[in-house]
Amino acid sequence: MPDTPKHKTLFSAKSLVKSFGEVQVLSNIDLQINCGQVLALLGENGAGKSTLVKLIGGYETVSGGTLQLANQAGKLEPLDTSTWNHAKAEAQGVILIHQELNLAEQLNAVENVFLGNEIKRGLFLDKRKMLELTQEYLSILNCDIDPLVPVGRLPISVRQMIEIAKAYAKNSTLLILDEPTAVLTAKESEALFQLIDRLTEQGVAIVYISHKLDEIERIADRVVVLRDGELVGDYDAKTLTKDDMARLMVGRELTNLFPTVAPADCASEVVLELKNGVVPGLISNASFQLRSGEILGFAGLVGSGRTALMEAIIGLHRFSKSSTLLVRGKPVSFNSLAAARDAGIAYLTKDRKGSGLLLNMNLPINFSLFSLHKFSNGLINTKQEEVAFSDAIDTFEIRLKDLSINAGNLSGGNQQKLLLAKVMAAEPSIIIIDEPTRGIDIGTKSQIYHFIARLAEKGHAIIMVSSDMMEVIGLSHRVAVMCRGQLVGILEGEQKEEHEIMRYAAGLESQLTEEGEQACA
Amino acid sequence: MLEIKMPRSIDLKTAGPFVALIALFILGAFINDAFLSSGNLSNILARSSFIGIVAIGATFVITAGGIDLSVGSMAAFISGCMILIMNSLMDHIESIAVLILIAIFASALVGAAAGFINGLLTTKAKIEAFIVTLGTMGIYRSLITYMADGGTLSLNFTVSDVYSEVYYGTLLGLPYPVWVFLSVAIIGYVLLNKTVFGRHCFAIGSNEKVALYSAIHVDRVKTMTYVLQGVCVSIATIIYVPRLGSASGQTGVLWELEAIAAVIIGGTMLKGGYGRIWGTVVGALILTLIGNILNLTDMISNYLNGAVQGIIVIAAVYLQRGAWRKQVAS
Repeated sequence: MPDTPKHKTLFSAKSLVKSFGEVQVLSNIDLQINCGQVLALLGENGAGKSTLVKLIGGYETVSGGTLQLANQAGKLEPLDTSTWNHAKAEAQGVILIHQELNLAEQLNAVENVFLGNEIKRGLFLDKRKMLELTQEYLSILNCDIDPLVPVGRLPISVRQMIEIAKAYAKNSTLLILDEPTAVLTAKESEALFQLIDRLTEQGVAIVYISHKLDEIERIADRVVVLRDGELVGDYDAKTLTKDDMARLMVGRELTNLFPTVAPADCASEVVLELKNGVVPGLISNASFQLRSGEILGFAGLVGSGRTALMEAIIGLHRFSKSSTLLVRGKPVSFNSLAAARDAGIAYLTKDRKGSGLLLNMNLPINFSLFSLHKFSNGLINTKQEEVAFSDAIDTFEIRLKDLSINAGNLSGGNQQKLLLAKVMAAEPSIIIIDEPTRGIDIGTKSQIYHFIARLAEKGHAIIMVSSDMMEVIGLSHRVAVMCRGQLVGILEGEQKEEHEIMRYAAGLESQLTEEGEQACA
Repeated sequence: MLEIKMPRSIDLKTAGPFVALIALFILGAFINDAFLSSGNLSNILARSSFIGIVAIGATFVITAGGIDLSVGSMAAFISGCMILIMNSLMDHIESIAVLILIAIFASALVGAAAGFINGLLTTKAKIEAFIVTLGTMGIYRSLITYMADGGTLSLNFTVSDVYSEVYYGTLLGLPYPVWVFLSVAIIGYVLLNKTVFGRHCFAIGSNEKVALYSAIHVDRVKTMTYVLQGVCVSIATIIYVPRLGSASGQTGVLWELEAIAAVIIGGTMLKGGYGRIWGTVVGALILTLIGNILNLTDMISNYLNGAVQGIIVIAAVYLQRGAWRKQVAS
């Protein structure tokens, strides 16, 4: 570890700007990061925290502003923002640990810890030295595993620890942790905090992103708050209570963002039911019921099998023979999306650019693609198609000056609305929406929440898969939680709360039953 | 308004092949007076129709993101089948017209089946179209050589006399093959631009995953494009067999490349997602015109026909790419 004096500025950003196309996601950020301090970044989902640390860590290119990093002598020197990338950042000790882990799953812990940073003796790898060091790092983290097992076979929390050991091995001067404890148990988290204490003692600067306010209270020296891409406050952590932090983070009443959703009607018809859902290799157990007029949220960590489950329901994966899928009480098994669509089930993909829209085609063609059979008696009735398209533009408030552009030139928000319009053109009664607001601005988010609520009010049954905890809680009647391919619980009422959902998502709790949950207990 | 188009650069792209065609036409007229004779012009049209019809099928395959290299060998194989069928049924069937109809029917069947096999192998066995059709290209080529025993299969003269009317006969002053070409083009245009099937071809070629998530039967549509290609090859063969009345290992050699060239010159994108039937028709005419003009002049040797065609194809794609890149950047 470099011998840097405490609290000296290690990194500074001035007027930092980041835009994706026309959308500005970060504006005018001024930030100083000091040696030997833990700086906590607070903010809602989409506030720009992850983007900010990706700029610092060199994973995204800066659109404007300047960056400075202290040199060996501790003097700040400007960085060339146009060539700043993560390889350079790592070479200078700036290391970002991503939300989504970045390990080579086929390699073991030792190989991962020293990946790209291998210790050599002469021409050959010094395997013994690397093994000893890995064991040392892992023991600091109280992580007792066989370092020679491929990491893909280890639990996700252990992988997180290996990721941290990897950063440690690189002698970082600035370590950025993006929600590291999301997958850790309390005990594992505590081991991490002790390591962080140790690193700050040695003068390492830490940037820490977490939604868990008690953690921030435990370790942070400074708290910086982001809201809608702007830095709205920089505080001494000692002066803030947890309530202060929550208030600063949201900055407005949640009721403005989310529509009031009418309570679920327990007497309404069960339109979709899955019993003992098993998809070999993807889903080991999932059972639920969905009523008309209901919004059922699906929470869980990335890779917990939510999307795979939805794709199985619409016929992209096969359920095993023991599973039963019922639509309005009738057992069904779809062998294509078209079959699911004709049964009134539509799926909105989370990957709107990769599997949602034809980016190099115009808007009407995208709009009608999912329901084209409705516009054709042998030949496509373009008049009818045009009328339906202009209706959809009004309904889904797609605001555009030029309607002749291609879908790829739309903003993320308008793309999402177009995708919604495309799916709704088939008039489905059961709508599965995967990540309804990923990467779109707060105003459009709110509009989409209102669409979803309105659809539910009209009696559509809605499944909403989302990694955005606030929208899952704010919009759903009930929240189903998935963990490692299992539906581990369906939470409602008091239980429908961030901590509780996270405990289920991390596999700490489960209410698995043979029969599956009842919709209205 | 709802026709599939590439906005902005559309005008240049649509016009490009037509402008080239007109330029070649004017060039031809200047070079040799015989060029504008009705005999020469109808000859150009009739000769374009083989490649043109095959290329219309190829437009579907390429628009949906595929490729079919087997069409030339397939044409030779189907020719061989037709000749063998007609020769062997000669003694059993009185009416030569019925005999020819049976051969035509068989030809369509073999073409559709061959296309179906190509489609099935690409979609169900998940082998790249390039490899599948490279394989079937070799198979059909070898089969026709085997059927002809290394030589030439010749159609019985009695049948040939009657059948030759299909190639040499005219209606309203134009040879029958030209009418067939025109009909196939019109049907192809409607199918590609006005029907759900055509729209699905565009979507699959543009982004197969989006197509899948849009409830399109991707495998079925892709297979259908190969079947269509097979049927087009069979139609081309039906009007080709009476021209020479024979088939050999050399029949239809390089047709696949000429067909693909015609499609590309016409503005269809090789990577899929955008196809134009009229462009393909013009592309086929351009290729034939080049050969014809070189025949009528001493300035460039006729042996350089392939070189000139190659230059034209490369130039066409260069222009296409340039326009495409600007489109993305804008």
